[in-house]
Amino acid sequence: MTLLKRGPSRRRVLQTGLAGIIATGVAPAIFTRGAWAQEFCNNPTGDTVTFGLNLPLTGAYAEEGADEQKAYELAVQHLNGEGDGGLLPMLKPSALKGNGILGKKVAFVTSDSQTKADVARAGATRMIERDGAIMVTGGSSSAEAIAVQGLCQEMGVIFMAGLTHSNDTTGKDKRRYGFRHFFNAYQSGVGLAPVLAQEYGTDRRAYHLTADYTWGWTQEESIKNATEALGWQTVQAVRTPLGAADFSQYLTPILNSGADVLILNHYGTDMVNSLTQAVQFGMRDRQANGKDFQIVTPLISELMAKGAGESVKGIFGTSNWHWNLQDAGTQAFTKSFGAKYGSPPSQAAHTAYVQALLYADAVERAGTFYPPAVIAALEGFEFDGMGNGPTLYRAEDHQCIKNVLVVQGNESPTSEFDVLNIVQEIPREDVAYDPAMFGGDLGPAEPVPMCA
Amino acid sequence: MGVMSRKDLLLFLGFTVTVLAMPIWLQPFGAAYPDLLQRFMIFGIFAVGFNILFGLTGYLSFGHAAFFGVGSYAAVWSFKLLSLDAIPAMLFAIVVSGAFALAIGYVSLRRSGIYFSILTLAFAQMSYNLAYSVLTPITNGETGLQLTLSDPRHLDAAIGQAAGGQPIPTLLGQSLGGFAGFYFCAGFLILAFFIAQRITGSPFGMMLKGIKSNQTRMNYTGFNTKPYTLAAFVISGMYAGLAGALLAVTDPLAGAERMQWTASGEVVLMTILGGAGTLVGPVIGAWLIKYFENIFSAINEGMLHRFFDFLPDGVDSAFVAVTRKFVGEGWFLTLGLVFVLIVVFLPGGIMEGVRRIAGLFSRSRRAPTVPGQAVRQPQPAE
Amino acid sequence: MIDVIFLQFLNGLDKGAAYALIALGLTLVFGTLGVVNFAHGALFMLGAFCAVLFRQFLTLETVTVDPSQLSPWGTPLEVRAPLVQAWFGDWGAVLVNYSVPASIIITIPIMLLIGIALERGIIKHFYKRPHAEQILVTFGLAIVAQELIKAFFGPNPIPQPMPTDLRGAADIGAWLGMPANVITYPIWRLIYFLFSAVIIGGVFAFLQFTTFGMVVRAGMADRETVGLLGINIDRRFTIMFGLAAVVAGLAGVMYTPLLPPNYHIGMDFLVLSFVVVVVGGMGSLPGAVAAGFLLGILQSFASMTQVKALIPGIDQIIIYLVAVVILLVLPRGLFGRRGVMEA
Repeated sequence: MTLLKRGPSRRRVLQTGLAGIIATGVAPAIFTRGAWAQEFCNNPTGDTVTFGLNLPLTGAYAEEGADEQKAYELAVQHLNGEGDGGLLPMLKPSALKGNGILGKKVAFVTSDSQTKADVARAGATRMIERDGAIMVTGGSSSAEAIAVQGLCQEMGVIFMAGLTHSNDTTGKDKRRYGFRHFFNAYQSGVGLAPVLAQEYGTDRRAYHLTADYTWGWTQEESIKNATEALGWQTVQAVRTPLGAADFSQYLTPILNSGADVLILNHYGTDMVNSLTQAVQFGMRDRQANGKDFQIVTPLISELMAKGAGESVKGIFGTSNWHWNLQDAGTQAFTKSFGAKYGSPPSQAAHTAYVQALLYADAVERAGTFYPPAVIAALEGFEFDGMGNGPTLYRAEDHQCIKNVLVVQGNESPTSEFDVLNIVQEIPREDVAYDPAMFGGDLGPAEPVPMCA
Repeated sequence: MGVMSRKDLLLFLGFTVTVLAMPIWLQPFGAAYPDLLQRFMIFGIFAVGFNILFGLTGYLSFGHAAFFGVGSYAAVWSFKLLSLDAIPAMLFAIVVSGAFALAIGYVSLRRSGIYFSILTLAFAQMSYNLAYSVLTPITNGETGLQLTLSDPRHLDAAIGQAAGGQPIPTLLGQSLGGFAGFYFCAGFLILAFFIAQRITGSPFGMMLKGIKSNQTRMNYTGFNTKPYTLAAFVISGMYAGLAGALLAVTDPLAGAERMQWTASGEVVLMTILGGAGTLVGPVIGAWLIKYFENIFSAINEGMLHRFFDFLPDGVDSAFVAVTRKFVGEGWFLTLGLVFVLIVVFLPGGIMEGVRRIAGLFSRSRRAPTVPGQAVRQPQPAE
Repeated sequence: MIDVIFLQFLNGLDKGAAYALIALGLTLVFGTLGVVNFAHGALFMLGAFCAVLFRQFLTLETVTVDPSQLSPWGTPLEVRAPLVQAWFGDWGAVLVNYSVPASIIITIPIMLLIGIALERGIIKHFYKRPHAEQILVTFGLAIVAQELIKAFFGPNPIPQPMPTDLRGAADIGAWLGMPANVITYPIWRLIYFLFSAVIIGGVFAFLQFTTFGMVVRAGMADRETVGLLGINIDRRFTIMFGLAAVVAGLAGVMYTPLLPPNYHIGMDFLVLSFVVVVVGGMGSLPGAVAAGFLLGILQSFASMTQVKALIPGIDQIIIYLVAVVILLVLPRGLFGRRGVMEA
């Protein structure tokens, strides 16, 4: 039979093919790591230094992941002195030289985390063990961030979190080796509440739909606290399964519940779906308690707003950053990103880019890749020029304290990218909080754990 | 059953040597790093255990990932509450997943065929959905259960061992990171293989195969088949728990995703790809899928360009453009294609291919029994 | 309270219609050909992407770079003008607006072709092979189909807007003589329900009242005898597979405005539809429809806060729980026949 030969020969082709690919691509990484001349994990000995990008390229947050990848590629270019330099000249104070990091060219490896904590952790392990990543960054969900930063603490590798909004990331699950530039659910609540009071009054009855997992719960709690402090009542807080796709069975009970505001504690495609479906149920055309029914999305990004299309118009939420800000840093980044990719960067892209720069800068200031020295350089670092105004990397919980934006879905967009308007920039003093509020323990920086 | 037959012994020794030498012979394939090697071992155990149920009795469970996940959770809880040592964690995980399998198996085995498959699927999906949501106090939901500095660890505290720094699992005080972790897992894979080999050859194994070929006839001859299938179900659930515990030992985090139906489907794929009903097949299937997942998926355009460099310009770009659809993010496409081809042309999986080739060579010399082929029934049952 | 229950019931019917429609196609294939088709979810997904493709074709644009204007990031502005839409003149805008229902025109032939090609190419070789192998080969095909779609359309959902006239909610309560705004329900969901009902009714009528259907039903009962009578049952089975693919595809097309399709949408439905089919009883068309509606309604009611307060987490497991209970009480599901898929 002809097929007898087909099986094995196919395998052989694959094997020899792979051996060839690996001989050219993967093997050097292994051999350089075989030198064992390192006193900490993946001490770069050659003339390159590798970032491990752990990105959700599939799954519910894939769109954010793809945008983060673009931003990292741009950041690596700029760090290596290619392209227009982007935010490199904007960072103040800065030790960046535009010739790589400590004279070593920056390279990167990527891994698809599939928006799953387990997979993200496996990918991070792979990039640390096989590819010799000196630093891991990325992620677009709090579950991923928390799982990966735990791993990085064990391995002695610094983790620069990408988009993660849960209070736990720098709260009860904070780690010495993990750093977050993005804001959190608590800050969303504090920032959003005054605007809600001003727009919708202080006598409102809110109904929450919440993604049934830790991020959703922390956001629900934060928003509930903030709105109830205004005088709002909470009619009901209903948990929905993550990735439910069809939310109609949770939307129907809202119609006659006596609530006049719907708060959607969802993110990614979940938010796009629940918001679109809520609008299809006519919620924005309804009246309840003699007032217009309203929908609020506490955390919203340009990408989600684009996905929701018409439905997002006029809806309030918060963002970490927006490309329409008028400061020099934002304009430089938007220009650099837009020229390269033909679209403005999202807040996920921005936080990813800034994290990469901040790490590089900290290494330059520390003068070494030795993680405890880099951690010390990042802790308590006060900087400006990155588009968020003056920013502090708090030493106590590794949370960046900076301005928070309140945004609103644009009623009359001039282009497909012009989907959100900035309503207000909340100064960072107003959204700062006691680092001990969310508990947790950073753990030690030394002795530095050794990865395999 | 006295000593092993010579053929079984050879197979076992060959398997042992192959496994222990993996860090050497996988070097040229770029797969000789600890994390992937550990996964090879862990999913090998999972597949061997799954095969005890599916390969021998023909009952196709679509919910085995639940036992894997329960094993992980049990192990992490043991690290948190008892001790950072791996031994109590593994014992605890095997006991808990065995008990869980007993409960689910007892109910599910009241039905057969696809009804059995759907029952196991339903139980596993319920476990997954609950672990994600209302059981969060136990499972820590989507964030996954992790070790923290403030865990009580009563056993460790009792003997006055206070670990400094981030807690990681150990074996009698020895760290299990890197290659130590691999050899730890390899020992368990070899043990698991040995036990599976003994089960297959035992009267109990014969009984299971009898159930697969004709359960009605077995019943008519006066056997009550239920205890046998239930035993097989529990054993394979314990294997899954062991694998889950090992994953928690090498990387102390337990996430709910590993209980989802896709994870259950993956072990089915591994077993069939390698060859259901054979001893070695499921392990090979597990290795192949994990290799694809970890190495194929990491190949990027740059590597392809270097690989096709010897071709003239333009031609190499065309090759890169075509092949890149099949590697990197597209690795799953390649897997799907390989899968369809194997099911269409080699229903017995890779092991059937191996047997056919071996049969070609040895036809002139002797009857078509071949080493490495312990079971004469390559066909997976319904 | 009565309005809440009524709404929840309506929602159950709406969800149930979607489940029943998918389960119907699955059962059609199993009942006639005896093949367990794990690629059915992929057919649903391919149907949805027929709508995406159609809309992308209609909204093709010409791009010209205008150096006199600048984009917000300082590069020359790209000016876009509709291309295909312009061919249709005044009707262009209407066609784009109604792209989802209009794409049914291309979906039917495309899905029929895919279905027939699949059956002739691969499935027919698996009639006599064990169910486990059927599951595996169709599962492999499903992976291939979804990865191909991912390679061409990317991993992210692609929203398909519904026609502007059909947006928003209809006041059903007012039609029934209740006060305004008590019972309102999205128009498109009502359309989807009616659409499902028509398709389900059509399939039943086709099998019940046509000669073709009669032969197929006879073939389902006893394939050999029908073959002995000199009837080419194989050709009819091929057509049945094509028909099932069309049903799955149409279900996918009409679902796109409710849920933006991505490559994975079929897999998400697959597990659910199998549970529905098994609860209904393998191979029973009325069983599939009844189980679809039953599970839809139960799921809808289990999601009510009052129910969740009694049993936490019930909304997440209700479907599986019902499946377990029904299979334990009724060994072959609601309407299953003896001896089907039990060995």
